[in-house]
Amino acid sequence: MERFAELLDRLVLTPSRNGKLRLLKDYFASQPDPDRGWGLAGLTGGLDFPAIKPAMLRTIATERLDPVLFAYSYDYVGDLAETVSLVWPESRSRRNSTPSLDEIVQRLSSASRSDAAGVMSDLLDELTPSGRYAAIKLATGGLRVGVSARLTKQALADFGNVPVEEIEELWHGVVPPFTDLFQWLEGSAPKPTSAALAPFRPVMLSNAVAENDFASLDPADYVAEWKWDGIRVQVVSEKGVRRLYSRTGDDISGTFPDLLEHMNFEGAIDGELLVGHPPTRTGTFSDLQQRLNRKTVSKAMLRDAPVFVRCYDLLIDGNEDLRPLPWVERRKRLEAFVATLEPDRFDLSPLVTYHSWDELNDMRCTPPHPVIEGVMLKRKDSAYMVGRPKGPWFKWKRDPHTIDAVLMYAQRGHGKRSSFYSDFTFGVWSGPEDDAALVPVGKAYFGFTDQELRELDKYVRNNTIERFGPVRSVRADRNHGLVLEIAFEGLNRSTRHKSGVAMRFPRISRLRWDKPANEADRLETLEQLLQETAFEAPQIE
Amino acid sequence: MVDPRSLLRLRPEGLWCPEGDFYIDPVRPVERALITHGHSDHARSGHGAVLATRETLDIMAIRYGENFAGTTEEAPLGKTQAIGGVRVTFHPAGHVLGSAQIAIEKNGARVVASGDYKRERDPTCLPFEVIPCDVFITEATFGLPVFNHPAASTEIHRLLDSMRQFPERTHIVGAYALGKAQRVIALAREAGYTDTIYLHGALIRLCDYYTEQGIDLGPLEPATSNSAPPAGALVIAPPSAVDDRWSRRFADPLASFASGWMRIRQRAKQRGVELPLIISDHADWDDLLLTIRETGAEEVWVTHGREEALVRWCEINGITAKPLHLAGYEDEAE
Repeated sequence: MERFAELLDRLVLTPSRNGKLRLLKDYFASQPDPDRGWGLAGLTGGLDFPAIKPAMLRTIATERLDPVLFAYSYDYVGDLAETVSLVWPESRSRRNSTPSLDEIVQRLSSASRSDAAGVMSDLLDELTPSGRYAAIKLATGGLRVGVSARLTKQALADFGNVPVEEIEELWHGVVPPFTDLFQWLEGSAPKPTSAALAPFRPVMLSNAVAENDFASLDPADYVAEWKWDGIRVQVVSEKGVRRLYSRTGDDISGTFPDLLEHMNFEGAIDGELLVGHPPTRTGTFSDLQQRLNRKTVSKAMLRDAPVFVRCYDLLIDGNEDLRPLPWVERRKRLEAFVATLEPDRFDLSPLVTYHSWDELNDMRCTPPHPVIEGVMLKRKDSAYMVGRPKGPWFKWKRDPHTIDAVLMYAQRGHGKRSSFYSDFTFGVWSGPEDDAALVPVGKAYFGFTDQELRELDKYVRNNTIERFGPVRSVRADRNHGLVLEIAFEGLNRSTRHKSGVAMRFPRISRLRWDKPANEADRLETLEQLLQETAFEAPQIE
Repeated sequence: MVDPRSLLRLRPEGLWCPEGDFYIDPVRPVERALITHGHSDHARSGHGAVLATRETLDIMAIRYGENFAGTTEEAPLGKTQAIGGVRVTFHPAGHVLGSAQIAIEKNGARVVASGDYKRERDPTCLPFEVIPCDVFITEATFGLPVFNHPAASTEIHRLLDSMRQFPERTHIVGAYALGKAQRVIALAREAGYTDTIYLHGALIRLCDYYTEQGIDLGPLEPATSNSAPPAGALVIAPPSAVDDRWSRRFADPLASFASGWMRIRQRAKQRGVELPLIISDHADWDDLLLTIRETGAEEVWVTHGREEALVRWCEINGITAKPLHLAGYEDEAE
């Protein structure tokens, strides 16, 4: 248990992705089965101990410690699990070695509602503070160590030296403590065969097209589709088992009962999840966001923000695997397949007719619908491949929006950037022309080069007017200030921000040392853009 | 018998002994000061006369220059001397090199001012000595039940493990210049680390002083000399330098911090510490309680730190206790 606890403590404080991967990989390599498998299950949210409730923790803690001292402690620490783990008195009867993760999982899962408090108290007696913290977090769910399921799968792939797609493909067919998976990754057993129905199939991804790619590409070899601004999903239904997967293989079925209900087919579809009603309305990404990552879905939400899938590709038809077929063959099958589905929940991604790259470029720059973020190019003869092969598929995104904003605050970065002010909050002018004030509209921490970061850092240090912990307020008024060109993908209305707008994917595209601060953009520019993109556009053919 | 409580009083300058007309660790310049240890919030310059251990006087001279006080006098540990109407003895406090508790006696009544102290073994200073007393004035820097420091040796092993796991990254450990820095180095040596350890410039003079006093810190080099330390080296620096521009010279630095505050995850997170080391030169909660019990004091005065929890514990356990709200000591400095 102590090794798992140490892993959690390190993960939460390690900012770099590679650092986290190494910590995970070393953990998998150093721990025996089934401990490491339970650790993996804990990290990926695969463990549930319904008998253990957070409220119980406070009760058992105040049986051991004066409630007033407990209250002082909780006040100071601010996190219940951490407080309990630290104030828990060291037990005199502690064994020489602490229980293994496997033993802890067994004891927690055999706990019933009536003896859960006793089981938990006994465990806390036998562990160190760090181990207690890990045990409590494990028991009550939600480790929150900044590790995504995707990252964990990558670490498994690194550990076994296999492509991550193989892990994603297997993932829903293996169960904790994953002994077969680890043995295969170590080379001591064959690859587990997934017996699960409706498994995830690794998704085919595209590369961004570069300007000089077009010279070698023949428009006649490719077809184009709009690139819709929703989330890429895989919709699988096999022998009564229905699953909706994100493009990294996370099972998100539970969030979308309205779609699941209509998945009465046998096969696997690749498409875009969107909000709206296919024939009449395609909602924006911010509409879709209301529906993402929810544990419970209200009736009102199902009514006001129904989801549907715009179908791009057909991977499995009945029990036939179509992935080796060329795209044109799959498209024919897809058209026939979608025609049989519920039209309120599934429609076909339309093709874009074009004759030259210039013509397509014009269409890309002025798409017929605001929820389009560019075009996709697919080679007519391309099979459906795993990962991101270069050549068969390209994405050609619409150019980002840009705005000139003024730097207002800067915050220290993390990890490699901890000595730099690297997170920048910027604002635009608002209020009457003769008495305008800056209102913050966003924050960006990338887009600049290392050299530009050094210049920004220097500017922040030389123009600080106030400090709040790791944040500095930078001089910014009509006569003095640094203008930043901000590129972003879209705007959402926001009630959380004073400005009323929130940018998607903002980054600093240029430092405008040449531009006077009072010539930066006004809030009205953003509001105008918000209106242009939010209106109900006529549906395209 | 004299009421022990009358031996010390609180004044804006600090704790004052009326019978001897001296202050203990005053925060403003006074005529006569008794200093428990060399940390700058306890040992300030500009007093008329200073009485302290040899090491504390040396450390003050290193930090403030030879003329940090009008006159100085060495207080040998365990040797009692009369000052005015009281008898004064310095005893080891186990906090840093030269640190002492100060016992004040008159007619069989005894008050002990602990200064800062710890009970855990420290290879760089003498261990804390329990002095039975009537009134015990204890610090309370970590006076909350959440503070239980693990053994410093296990924390050092975590550092050395991380250096093996990330051999390409320079590990920079933030540690206060007096006491903590030398203790971290000495503990690393005990754990078998024999490579050169690199020092921030602000630590060099005090590390040299510890070495002169016979504490073996092994091979040390300035981190800022012409050749930068190799990737994967161990560097010790004041906490404020770890995430500042100074650290950019090192290969992919990994920020560490040796402090009792690192027990709280959010503290580590806020400071951007990747590897928190819970190594403290102050007593943790259990050791505060142990020490109060062992002194047998009937009354406890609680100074700088989290007074309320310790006062509460004393009340529950039938010991009279009150907080002394001493201004001017740094809660954070550890």
